Amino acid sequence: MSSENQHIVLKTEALSIGYVSKKAQTIVASNINIELKKGELVGLIGANGIGKSTLLRTLTRVQPELNGNIAINEKRLQDYSNLELAKALSIVLTESLVSKNLTVFELVALGRQPYTNWVGNLSEDDVQMVNKALEQTNISDLKNKKCFELSDGQFQKVMISRALAQDTDIIILDEPTTHLDMYHKAYVLKLLQKLAKDTNKTILFSSHEIDLAIQLCDKLVVMTDNQVVSDEPCNLILKGTFDKLFPKDLISFDDETGSFRVNK
Amino acid sequence: MPDSKTYKLSFLVLILILLGCFFINISFGSVYIPFKDVFNSLIDGKIEQESWQYIVQNYRLPKAFTAMIVGSGLGISGLLMQTLFRNPLAGPFVLGLSSGASLGVALVILGSGVFGGVFAAFFVSKWSIVIAASLGSFLVLLAVLMVSIKVRDTMAILIIGLMFASMTAAIVSVLSYFGSAEQLQQYIFWGFGSLGNLSWHELFILFLIYSMGMVISIVCIKSLNTLLLGENYAKSLGLNIKRSRLSIIVATSLLAGTITAFAGPIAFIGLAIPHMTRQIFNTSNNKILLPAVFLFGAIIMLICDTIAQLPNSDYTLPINAITSLIGAPVVIWLLVRKRKMMF
Repeated sequence: MSSENQHIVLKTEALSIGYVSKKAQTIVASNINIELKKGELVGLIGANGIGKSTLLRTLTRVQPELNGNIAINEKRLQDYSNLELAKALSIVLTESLVSKNLTVFELVALGRQPYTNWVGNLSEDDVQMVNKALEQTNISDLKNKKCFELSDGQFQKVMISRALAQDTDIIILDEPTTHLDMYHKAYVLKLLQKLAKDTNKTILFSSHEIDLAIQLCDKLVVMTDNQVVSDEPCNLILKGTFDKLFPKDLISFDDETGSFRVNK
Repeated sequence: MPDSKTYKLSFLVLILILLGCFFINISFGSVYIPFKDVFNSLIDGKIEQESWQYIVQNYRLPKAFTAMIVGSGLGISGLLMQTLFRNPLAGPFVLGLSSGASLGVALVILGSGVFGGVFAAFFVSKWSIVIAASLGSFLVLLAVLMVSIKVRDTMAILIIGLMFASMTAAIVSVLSYFGSAEQLQQYIFWGFGSLGNLSWHELFILFLIYSMGMVISIVCIKSLNTLLLGENYAKSLGLNIKRSRLSIIVATSLLAGTITAFAGPIAFIGLAIPHMTRQIFNTSNNKILLPAVFLFGAIIMLICDTIAQLPNSDYTLPINAITSLIGAPVVIWLLVRKRKMMF
């Protein structure tokens, strides 16, 4: 397989995640070993409360890891300065913005902040990068619209565009398909697939759209109660990993269609 | 950027209005001086009466400059606070700065009665009030800063600022209860605010500290824009949140603290000017907003001062009342007309 000689962008070794309080450690998940390669679209799936957000927060250094090691481009995550990390990793969150009174262009241009001077002036290169990011997400025509005028679907594309403008090797998205209708869910994930291929960036997103993720992702990271597995979607189906995802009383996984069915 | 041309025009218009307001402001006062002579006394030309030149140069000019510093400084500290606290209701005084200053002044004016008459003569001079106000707001700021290092939630800091305000207000009430009528009157007069009490020398000191606050604000423009995305995004863009928060708070306290110390607590300007500017410029980009708020604050304050002066009469109304009387309806009108609180 050709993917074997591809460069590994993000790697975790024996990673434990969770929370530390004064009295005790709460381990949410442990022994996480994942490798994300250049240009891969990776979906992170698991039931509510299993620790998807905690994992993403740990990978983006919002909270510290409990044990083990995270490396981005073969450098330990702790060793990155804030600015270096901003040039290696960008994020799209579910939280809404403080101000939506910015134009789409201004918002996407904020993605260039790690590269701009002390007052934040855009150089010609910066403007070019912003325009390219707008084109790649098909929102060039929205450029001068205010963010509060956009629909949820359009706004999600703008936020993805902003992450692209940040020009990082990795983009991490926290549930990018929430609040979207079925068409836009597929649209956004398909867009992510295209971006991973075209820009050769590694894109990791958490999602509850398991059937879409199975169809579109190069690799899935599945979090279940006792382990975290990562592999190509077909292999995971063969291994029966999806059966362990949820309690079996209501729904079960159908290998044929690659989707969940309600028990009759 | 597509709109940069229209912004340039707006700035040009604002600068012209500012110059106009400045000249109108120094032309009116309790003594009638013809426009021609006002102009001549500025450029040392020929004037009919010697005293007119003295009035313009040593009374009206410093007052106009004070008005400009007060308006622009409070406006910008309001802009900083609203962005930092993600709250359109925030102003420079939500951190408890003005209550700290009031407490300092109340202690000096009213407290002299409580702590004995020996200090009274020494304490109640103008500089002691300035120093007390600065110290008061500085101490409250220090307390808020210490809290903000411990508490990560900006909303919590906002509420703590409000709590400090009620605590100081309570202490002031206790002091007023024991103060004499004369002392109370003096304290209330300080609360009215005043732009006209500054000599050139005092103005220079005010300007120095104000400039320091301004420089820090300008350096903060980039982080202010990043903070428009929210703290998590800002962090992911490499922003050092703690350091930016600290410099924004320091800039605010330098600006609002000294202005309150010299001119008294001027209501409303810090809250309203950023909103008025946002409505007119229709942007949240701080690179545009900061200079716009600067100009706009100076203009509004000059207008308020001109009105407070009650041209050609002997009366001067409290500036604090005028800023609210003029500004509040304007903000209401803007919001009703646009039906939306831009932020």
